[in-house]
Amino acid sequence: MTTAHATTRTRAAAPRPGTRRRTSSSLTLHGALTVMAFIAVFPIVWIAYISLGGDKFDYQHPARILNHPTLANYGHVIQDTNFATWMLNSVIVALGTTVIGVLIAASAGYAVSRMRFLGRGTLMYTFLLTQMFPVAVLMVPLYKIMANLGLLDTYSGLILIYCSTAVPYCAWLLKGYFDTIPVDIDEAGRIDGLSPFGTFWRLIAPLARPGLSVAAFYTFITAWGEVAYASHFMLSEDQYTLAVGLQTYVSQFNSQWNYMAATSVLIAIPAALVFYVVQKHLVAGLTSGGTKG
Amino acid sequence: MTVAVQGETARTTPRKSPLHRIKYSYDRYWYAWAMCLPVVLVLGAIVGYPLIQGIYLSFTDATSQNVGRTIGANHIPDTYSWVGLTNYVGILTGANNQFWPHLFWTIAWTVACVVLTYAIGLALAVVLNRDIRARGLYRMLLILPWAVPTFVTIFAWRLILADDGAVNQLLALLHITGPSWLSDPLAQKVAAVGVNIWCGVPFMMVSLLGGLQAIPRELHEAAEMDGATAWQRFVNVTLPGLRPVSSTVILLGVIWTFNQFNVIFLLFGTNSDSVQILVTYAYKLFFGQQPQDYASSAAVGILCLSLLVVFTSVYRRWLKRNDEGALA
Repeated sequence: MTTAHATTRTRAAAPRPGTRRRTSSSLTLHGALTVMAFIAVFPIVWIAYISLGGDKFDYQHPARILNHPTLANYGHVIQDTNFATWMLNSVIVALGTTVIGVLIAASAGYAVSRMRFLGRGTLMYTFLLTQMFPVAVLMVPLYKIMANLGLLDTYSGLILIYCSTAVPYCAWLLKGYFDTIPVDIDEAGRIDGLSPFGTFWRLIAPLARPGLSVAAFYTFITAWGEVAYASHFMLSEDQYTLAVGLQTYVSQFNSQWNYMAATSVLIAIPAALVFYVVQKHLVAGLTSGGTKG
Repeated sequence: MTVAVQGETARTTPRKSPLHRIKYSYDRYWYAWAMCLPVVLVLGAIVGYPLIQGIYLSFTDATSQNVGRTIGANHIPDTYSWVGLTNYVGILTGANNQFWPHLFWTIAWTVACVVLTYAIGLALAVVLNRDIRARGLYRMLLILPWAVPTFVTIFAWRLILADDGAVNQLLALLHITGPSWLSDPLAQKVAAVGVNIWCGVPFMMVSLLGGLQAIPRELHEAAEMDGATAWQRFVNVTLPGLRPVSSTVILLGVIWTFNQFNVIFLLFGTNSDSVQILVTYAYKLFFGQQPQDYASSAAVGILCLSLLVVFTSVYRRWLKRNDEGALA
C-alpha cells in the first residue's frame, strides 16, 4: 500500500485524459478559486493593514492609513506593555502541550491501531465523548481540582487541561494514520528483538511523520488560541497567556483597536510559522481513516 | 513476552468466563494498556472526575455564594445542598423559559453551519484535487484561516462587520444600507453562521482532500470509459469513496459546532441574548450574572452533553446499518 503522499506525486505527473474540457472550464475554475482564496485571506490581511494606522478610529476610514502608515502601534505594544511576558507564557504552554500531547496521543493511537486489547473500542468511543463536554460543566469542578493540586496559575495546570482537549482528536487521527503503515514493518522489528514501544519509537514514529506533524499542528493551534480556561485559571498578570492578555487591552486602553490589531498580528506570526512548516504534510496526514477504506 | 500484532492470530481469543478473559487479556496486552495509560490518566483527572462532580452539582443549589472557597487564610466550607431535579424542571418548564428558544437556535445553527461548511469544503476539495495551475498556492491560502488563532480572526471579523466596517462600506458603495451585523438580531445570526463557516471550511476541505486522494484513480477511469458523465462519476464514485471520511468529519463537525463557544462568545460577548447558543447560554448563567448560578449552568451543560450523546449513538447506528446495506 502506498501512503497518500506518494499518490499525490504520481497523480500530478500523469497526464489526464480529456484535456480539451480543462482549457474551457479552467477560467471559471480559477475565477472561483481566486474569489474563495480572497475571502479566506481578506480578514487576516485587513487586520494587518489596520494595524498600520495610527489612530484608534482608522478602521472606519481605511483610506487614511494609506497616506501615513506607521509602525508606532507595534513599538508601543512591544515596549510599553506586558506583551513579551505573555508571549513567553503562551509559547511555553503551547510547546509544552504539543510535546506532551503528541507523545501520549501517539502512543495510545499506536496501541489501539496495532494491538487488539480488551477495551480498545470503548477507549476510542470515550475519546469521541470527551469532545462533547461543554466548558460550563467542567469549569467549577476543574477549578477546585486545580486548586487542590496547587496547579492554579501554573503552566503545568494549563498544559494538562489543553492536553485533555487536544489529545482525543489527535489519538483518533494518529490511529488512522498508523493503520495505513504496513504491519510487516512491526513484525520485522519484533524479529530483530525490539520491544513494542521500541518498534513504535524507532520504526513507526519516523514513518508517521506526516501524521505526527498534523497532530502537532492541531495541538499547537488549540493551545495557542484557547480563551475560556486560560482566562479563569491564570490569575496573576505575569502568568497571562496572549489570549487573556489581549482581553485586558480592551478595558485597559478603552478599545484602542489599532493596538489590538498590532497585537493580533504579532500573535498570528508564530502560528503562521508552525503552519508553514507543516502545511506540506497536512493533506497526507489527515487522510487517516480514508486510506484504510 | 508475546504481543499480538493486528492480524490472524489475534482473533482467536478463546471464549471463556469474563474473569478468565480479563486475565488472559492482561497477560497478553498489558503493554497496550501501559501505552494508553497516560492518556487515560489525563482524561480521567481532567474530564472524568470533574464531569462526575459537575453532574452532582447540577442536582444541588450551588451558586458562587455557597460554594467553598479560600480567601486569604480563611477557608469557607461548602454550604449548598441537594435539591434533586429542581434545576432540570426549572430549566425545561420554568416561567420565562429560556432553554427552548436557545435549543432551537442551537439546532438551526448547527445544521446550517455543518451543511454549508461541508458543501463548500467538498466543492473546494474536488477542485483542488484536479491538476490545475498554482494548486499549492490556492491550497495554502485556503487553509490559512485555520492557522491563525480564533480570537485573532474573530477580532478581525468584528472590525470588518462593525457598523462603519469594511462590509457596510462596501455595501454603501452599492447604495445598500447594511444592517448592524453585531447588534441586529437577524443580522447577528447571519454573521455568526458566516464567520463560523469561514473558520470551519479549511478543516473540512483538508480532510476531504485527503479522502479524495485515497480513492483509487482506476475507479474514475473505469467509470469514464463506461461513458459516465462528470456528475455521474461524482455521485457514484467520489461520494461513496468519501463515505468513511465524510461520516467522521460530519460527526466531528456537529459536535464541534454544537459546542462552538469561541465564535459566539468572542463575536458578541454575553450581552445579545437571541444569538446565544446553549453553550454560551450556560456560560452566561455561569459568569455573566451575580450570584453565579453554578447549578443551573451545570444542568444546561449536562443537557447539551446528553443531546450530543443521543445524537452520536443514533448516527453511529444509522451508519452501521447503511454500511451493512451497502455491503450485502
